[in-house]
Amino acid sequence: MPAFLLTVIRRDLLLAARRRGDWLTAQFFFIMVVSLFPLGIGPEPELLKRIAPGVVWVAATLASLLSLPRLFADDHRDGSLEQMLLSPEPAVLLALGKAAAHWLIYGIPLLIVAPVLGIQFALPGEAIGVLVLSLALGTPILSLLGAVGAALTLGLRGGGVLLTLLILPLYVPALIFGAGAVDGMLAGTGAEANLSLLGAFFVMSLLVAPWVSAAALRVSME
Amino acid sequence: MSINWYKYASPATFYGLAGRLAPWFGWAAALLTVIGLYIGFFVAPTDFQQGEAYRVIFIHVPAAWMSMFIYLVMAGWAAIGLAFNTRLSFMMARALAPTGAMFTFVALWTGALWGKPMWGAWWVWDARLTSELILLFLYVGIMALWAAIDDPRRGDKAGALLALIGAINVPIIYFSVQWWNTLHQGASIKPSGTSMDEVMLAGMLIMAVAAWFYTIAVAFVRVRRIILERERHTEWVKHVLEAA
Repeated sequence: MPAFLLTVIRRDLLLAARRRGDWLTAQFFFIMVVSLFPLGIGPEPELLKRIAPGVVWVAATLASLLSLPRLFADDHRDGSLEQMLLSPEPAVLLALGKAAAHWLIYGIPLLIVAPVLGIQFALPGEAIGVLVLSLALGTPILSLLGAVGAALTLGLRGGGVLLTLLILPLYVPALIFGAGAVDGMLAGTGAEANLSLLGAFFVMSLLVAPWVSAAALRVSME
Repeated sequence: MSINWYKYASPATFYGLAGRLAPWFGWAAALLTVIGLYIGFFVAPTDFQQGEAYRVIFIHVPAAWMSMFIYLVMAGWAAIGLAFNTRLSFMMARALAPTGAMFTFVALWTGALWGKPMWGAWWVWDARLTSELILLFLYVGIMALWAAIDDPRRGDKAGALLALIGAINVPIIYFSVQWWNTLHQGASIKPSGTSMDEVMLAGMLIMAVAAWFYTIAVAFVRVRRIILERERHTEWVKHVLEAA
């Protein structure tokens, strides 16, 4: 069973490596959205420092939603998704592997870019550390819950916008805890409480979301 | 005497039952609304702190209760439908969602009307207002998913899965928003007793029951339409439509 999981992840990583343009789009979207805020609001460092956690987190959720409609769509179109579901391997592992691959492709680069954006927004060093930590805990939640939405909207008209409508409300706790951790660091109250809650939400998503995604895939393939 | 519940799991028999019950619930809801509003506007005393403006609670609180309760009932029907694969359960879930969204909107709207004189602002980013707004988003998402899927069986199950994962998420959203910010007054009705005047409480409870009956009546009427639409190829629907 773990071998199947690894195969799914390795396959998606290989496909992503062959088509770099696809996933780099979401990364540059993330950078651009964050960079637009100072242009719209003004360059005062105090103000930028205040809004940075929220802006980075909102942009991260939007970037994940931008890349999610593709998660199952290509495999659905060429029929390989159906074959994978017909195989004796559990569909839960397929859903988990897909979400894990999505996080590796979209989440890890985001973690690497985030400190640079933190410097742009005049965040102090320890706040940047907490921002990266909160994204490291939080972006897997976005991939796991997003996979549910991607499976539900598979092959539908206007699936991308619909996916946003379905999944953004479910992202709210991750956004609150993630941005809250950085805010707590900036305000001097510490980030531990919010990071712990974010971790708890991650564990819960990990337990629930793959099962729901697998069920949703089966519904969509009927 | 035992009732054979499985008999009413069939859309054909439930169609008749819902048709017989809906007018009763509808009239009861209308009557209770008149009584509740009379108590609310003419009998209940003026609040010593909030003046006359507090009277909006006779609509606001029942609407807020129903908005959350209907979501749970809808998720419950979705779970039953997924577990037992009963078509009628999914139809009930679909019939409840628009009413739930309507009550959520009413709760937000009347909340804004109350907030202006009390807090001096139509909208504040308070925990309960925000979680109610997110609840509205959840309703909209589920209805949008249903609307986007043409195949009724796929739509039923996809919407049910979303309703369920939303139901798991609702308490998390509620508490996350609660810790994020809170300004709303604490709950007046607690299990240990209430800080309200008895007449006010009576008016509010009557309005809550009225909202409940209204929901049942509307859901029954709506589920009858859904049954007719889904079963339009069957013999009994042809008979019903010919008779009408």
